Amino acid sequence: MTIFAVDPEQFFAASRLVIVAGKGGVGKTTASATLARAAALAGLSTLIVEVEGKSGLPAMFGQGELGYDEVVLSRGGGPDGAADVRARTLTADAALLEYLRDHGWSRISKRLVSSGALDVVATAAPGIKDILLLGKVKQLEREGLADVIVLDAPAAGHAITFLQSARSLLDTVSVGPINAQARDVLELLEDHERCQVMLVTLPEETPVNEAVETAFSLEDRVGIGLGPIVVNGVYPTVDGLVSDPAAVTAAADAADVSLRAGEADALAAAAAFRLDRMQLQAEQLGRLEAQLPLPQLRLPFQFTTEIGPAELDVLARAMLAGIESLAGLPQ
Amino acid sequence: MSPAPVRPAADGADADADAVPTSETDPLERLVAERSIVVCCGSGGVGKTTTAAVVALEGARLGRKTVVVTIDPAKRLADALGLAGLTDTPSRIDGDWPGELWATMLDTKSTFDALVAKHAATPEQGERILANGFYRNISGALSGTQEYMAMEKLYELHDETDFDLVVVDTPPTRHALDFLDAPRRLSRFLEHRLFRMLVAPSRGLVKAVNVAAQTFLRTVSKVVGGDVVEDAIAFFQAFEGMEEGFRTRAARVNELLAAPETAFVLVASPRRDTVEEAHFFADRLHEAGITVQGLVVNRVHPPFGAATTGGADATSPSGAAAVTAAVAAGTARRAETLEGTDIGGLYRNLADFQAVASREQAHLAGLADAVAPAPVAWVPFLRSDVHDIAGMDEVARYVFNRAD
Repeated sequence: MTIFAVDPEQFFAASRLVIVAGKGGVGKTTASATLARAAALAGLSTLIVEVEGKSGLPAMFGQGELGYDEVVLSRGGGPDGAADVRARTLTADAALLEYLRDHGWSRISKRLVSSGALDVVATAAPGIKDILLLGKVKQLEREGLADVIVLDAPAAGHAITFLQSARSLLDTVSVGPINAQARDVLELLEDHERCQVMLVTLPEETPVNEAVETAFSLEDRVGIGLGPIVVNGVYPTVDGLVSDPAAVTAAADAADVSLRAGEADALAAAAAFRLDRMQLQAEQLGRLEAQLPLPQLRLPFQFTTEIGPAELDVLARAMLAGIESLAGLPQ
Repeated sequence: MSPAPVRPAADGADADADAVPTSETDPLERLVAERSIVVCCGSGGVGKTTTAAVVALEGARLGRKTVVVTIDPAKRLADALGLAGLTDTPSRIDGDWPGELWATMLDTKSTFDALVAKHAATPEQGERILANGFYRNISGALSGTQEYMAMEKLYELHDETDFDLVVVDTPPTRHALDFLDAPRRLSRFLEHRLFRMLVAPSRGLVKAVNVAAQTFLRTVSKVVGGDVVEDAIAFFQAFEGMEEGFRTRAARVNELLAAPETAFVLVASPRRDTVEEAHFFADRLHEAGITVQGLVVNRVHPPFGAATTGGADATSPSGAAAVTAAVAAGTARRAETLEGTDIGGLYRNLADFQAVASREQAHLAGLADAVAPAPVAWVPFLRSDVHDIAGMDEVARYVFNRAD
């Protein structure tokens, strides 16, 4: 474990690159957007980098599709005095073109991509596409174009291969520019002051198991520093929840409210559902804490099926509050 | 607690009246009883592997000899299916059912190895390929290989064994349906200009390879290293003559996927993004001439009385969504008025869940329409993750409409 900061600004300044990783369905993109928005609210300009194309990310900021060129997802200033959140999508093909151009091979670069030869080359040295993407991220990190760069990584287990690509490629390609690129990327990944991984999970059995496995694989096999783990979808507590229809009726009587037919049952059933799930979540959060010695940043469950700018602000503020309370933990 | 999720597409399925000798039988159960292949597809994290296991168990319960091919199952589910060790041969799961239940985990590399061995003209050719570094990368890393091999395994189990029903889980990626283009993708890769260029030297035509190609290769070598390029050349040389066999096989796999004995079941969860992915999958299948035969939606929030409050309107999915939304709005107004009291908290909680349920119903109404008349099964949030036969039986109650 690397970081225990005293305030959000220092927390985000601890490493410029934050790689967000998690299994499909755990809300990885939501966590990336939340992290970026939280950093922006703390006054740090943020760039989100996507590598898998199409995602729900722009919609969370109320925007359309992303492209290879950078777009502003939320403008800074305003009543919050927040910084900008920008985003872009990286593709291996475009990164390769750019790489070859920068290294004086522009003559063959077009042909390599248009003829589909990249597929053959990428098969010859698996991980080459990943290295091209990570190499581009490294360049963005070096250039200091943003205070914080959030990389929305491919879904784990692919995240492990993705982040391991530098190490495996060093074995396959022993010389040349790709080798040099892999070295640079590995240096970035292993430098805990430049880069950390934030894992994302849900307070449920299988996601908790998978987060624990991924955490150990990343530390052992990639040597990467792990930041706090983001736990999505944690039910906030509500006062007055009772699961017995008679108790519901009593609560209604106490407030001088008359219930319609069947209403006591519906209120009690919804309360029972919530209480039940909260208990299950508490068990899983405890298990996660016991098995993974990482601080948890818990984000509240949003009673909606899609995250928009309003929900994102709620989540970002919850994350900031979580970061502030991390400071109180012992090292 | 009574989740009572609505089943909007049930009436749509009944439209297929002449195919219903026993109108009592659930349409999804009929698929399991009659088809010989069920492919479960959908995006990651929606419960695809669990759904595949549940479908296979149902096959065994209906007296069929069933095998499920899973891809990367969660550990406890894998244990329940007897897949603790990585194994490419199906193992039988004992239980109290009239049929047989077998399970296997897809091993991309050994499936590909078997395919190479099958198509090699001589054992030597096969060995040369299997030992090649470039081939090892293809079998492990070429994008689409896992998808393609899942279908190859399915074909093999269907064609070369005596299973009555083969259930297959698909990889959790957007590319999961790439197998539909397997022949084209393979041809594109294997008949690549680079391929012909690389193979040429074996025919003693080194000089015929044009200068531009040589320069190109040399530059590629500079970028990725010479060993890598040599491996690739050796692979393409060794592979020569085998493309046709691969292509024929891939075409046959695709025919089987489009055949009436095969059913595609789409698996989704009710979140907006996963519903969009499900639409993408449905479109993709439609383009390939394949009709979705069933939709299973996991992790549905119960509407807590809202869907039944609306009476007749709630029988259509969009009607149910509208009714639930109206009920949720009413509950939310009550919660605001009573804020600060215990009963206010209870109303707030109910309003929150009704709001989620109405949004879920709205997303799913569109999806159910898109796959109509395919039957839709709604599986509510369950108390725990599925990792044993009892858990699968619990899910089966919802998938095959036996709940309540």
